[in-house]
Amino acid sequence: MDLSYTPEEEEFRARLREWLAKVLPALPAAPSPADWPGRRAHDLGWQRMLYDAGYADVHWDSSPTTRLIFLEETERAGAPYVGANFVGLLHAGPTIAAEGTREQRERWLPPILRGDEVWCQGFSEPDAGSDLAALRTRARRDGDDYVVSGSKIWTSQAEVADWCELLVRTDPEAPKHRGITWLAMPMDAEGITVRPLRTLAGSAEFAEVFLDEVRVPVGNRVGAENDGWRVTMVTLSFERGTAFVGEVVACRRVLGELARTARGNGRWDDPVLRRRLGRLNAEFRALWRLTQWNVSEAEASGGVPGVGGSVFKLRYSHARQELYDTAAEVLGPDCLDLDRPWVLDRLSSLSYTIAAGTSQIQRNIVAERILGLPKGR
Amino acid sequence: MRFRLTEEQRALRAGVRQLLERRFGADALRAAVARPGHLDRDLWRELGAAGLFALRLPEEAGGVGLGLPEAVLVFEETGRALLPGPVLATHLAAGTVPGAAAGETVVARVDGPLVEWLGAADTVCGDASGAVPLRSVDPLTPLHRVRGDDVGAPDPEAVLLTAAEQLGTATRACELAVQHARAREQFGQPIGAFQAVKHLCADLLVRAETARAAVYAAALTADPADIAAARLLADEAAVRGARDCLQVHGGMGFTWEAEVHLHLKRAWARAQRGGGSTESEEVLAADLVA
Repeated sequence: MDLSYTPEEEEFRARLREWLAKVLPALPAAPSPADWPGRRAHDLGWQRMLYDAGYADVHWDSSPTTRLIFLEETERAGAPYVGANFVGLLHAGPTIAAEGTREQRERWLPPILRGDEVWCQGFSEPDAGSDLAALRTRARRDGDDYVVSGSKIWTSQAEVADWCELLVRTDPEAPKHRGITWLAMPMDAEGITVRPLRTLAGSAEFAEVFLDEVRVPVGNRVGAENDGWRVTMVTLSFERGTAFVGEVVACRRVLGELARTARGNGRWDDPVLRRRLGRLNAEFRALWRLTQWNVSEAEASGGVPGVGGSVFKLRYSHARQELYDTAAEVLGPDCLDLDRPWVLDRLSSLSYTIAAGTSQIQRNIVAERILGLPKGR
Repeated sequence: MRFRLTEEQRALRAGVRQLLERRFGADALRAAVARPGHLDRDLWRELGAAGLFALRLPEEAGGVGLGLPEAVLVFEETGRALLPGPVLATHLAAGTVPGAAAGETVVARVDGPLVEWLGAADTVCGDASGAVPLRSVDPLTPLHRVRGDDVGAPDPEAVLLTAAEQLGTATRACELAVQHARAREQFGQPIGAFQAVKHLCADLLVRAETARAAVYAAALTADPADIAAARLLADEAAVRGARDCLQVHGGMGFTWEAEVHLHLKRAWARAQRGGGSTESEEVLAADLVA
């Protein structure tokens, strides 16, 4: 067991730090959350800077440890996260890289890396959430096109995306996992309606996407017809291991700020609150170590992430909610003021035990795939 | 960064597990429970010969010359096996108390207001004058209460190795719960097929694996805040893990005959060491504003 980094990794860290210190002060301020075109431009601009500096493909071609260092340092420095590039860099891009034809890779991957094109994700549907394979959006073949009708939900960046990685049902007669196909849908096609969804935090973070006879060229299919479930699983397992590196770093920073605030406003003298903060320190220290453990596992297995991701996500999503509940205790009555720090974060944190696989589904995964317990009837 | 066990570390862990399975199996466990306070001196010398106590002494001093990470792996195994006796106290005394390293001398150690295994020990570290026996909740941990409240700062190594034992308990509790959930059938299927039971088992694993990362990392850094964190996570994983394991076992879990209660009681006893959890919470709180 060894927690130290190689000289090459340390050098990568030092160069990255130096670069961040140079470029970040010149970065324009982040636009308001409601300004979608502004956010798109900001996030793509950042990706372009990464591209020019040689960091664009760090999520794809680097070792898990290098990725860990990249995410740790960018978060420490206060650099933007992937933002609007999330689906392109971490879901659609890796899928195309793994399963696409050479032509498809050449068409779609460079614009993602250069920060020219934004992708969104059309997976979930109103009646297909945790049970994603129950999706019903239909695609029928008509000449060189698929004609797609149905609706998708929880689609982030739908308003500003150029492409949508779309799961459709191409064989309604087959068992549910076997009749699904993966398509790249251009978001400017006829028949697409985007309706923003307002979250409980008040902002429109994602949208519903309605599809009415939308024509998608057959050449935009990645993988074989009806093989989309397998193609998708490649995507979903891609970034486990390093998925939450930046967030854990951020949580540890917030925790320090909380403790200092509590010292300033007198709440620190309450031993119950103080020890709760101490426990959170233990929690996030452990989560950082668990991240390093999972990354080391991924490194040893040739970059293939294990099921450790589910273990991590279960613990982390709960810890982060606990962090902001504790923040509310530090704030006292100010926790009801939306203009105070952490109040919106507390609201946003309510999604962590739901998004990307609810905690209940994650427990099923842990119990069945790691512990080998039988599937229920 | 290679934060995973090396081949040598895996071999060490497997070797200790085999030794304990051979010398302290199910029958020996039952016999130990039937004779509270009795220490098997032959076993103790065998543990000494195997290097359990001299593990971290330099080779020149007749030790094995290994470090804290290896000690953590060994204590994880002794915890997992419910090995009785003042293993921790004797290990810590190796090199200072003659005969401790070889398993010839059994050493007890005052830890705050309590001493484990005082009656069976040849010598005791700390002031145990006026110690009064109490009727211990854990049949495998005889206890004395020490008068006075001379509680010094806890020894970080003792706290960490206790956390390692707790990790062993957490891991074992998870295994036992899963074994039972697969084997026991009700309503025509293994109870492990019910999500209510499945989720208890999943949480057992999540707590154990989170604690594992914290304990192993603390063994590498030996940083006081890391050790305090390891302790809190490992206590939680062991105590809650053993309770959930008991719950999964249903009525059988409430019996003396099933092994589960021994894990819970031991986890409770260890959780009292090193100033209890509030001490560690305060260390970690202070670290935030340091």
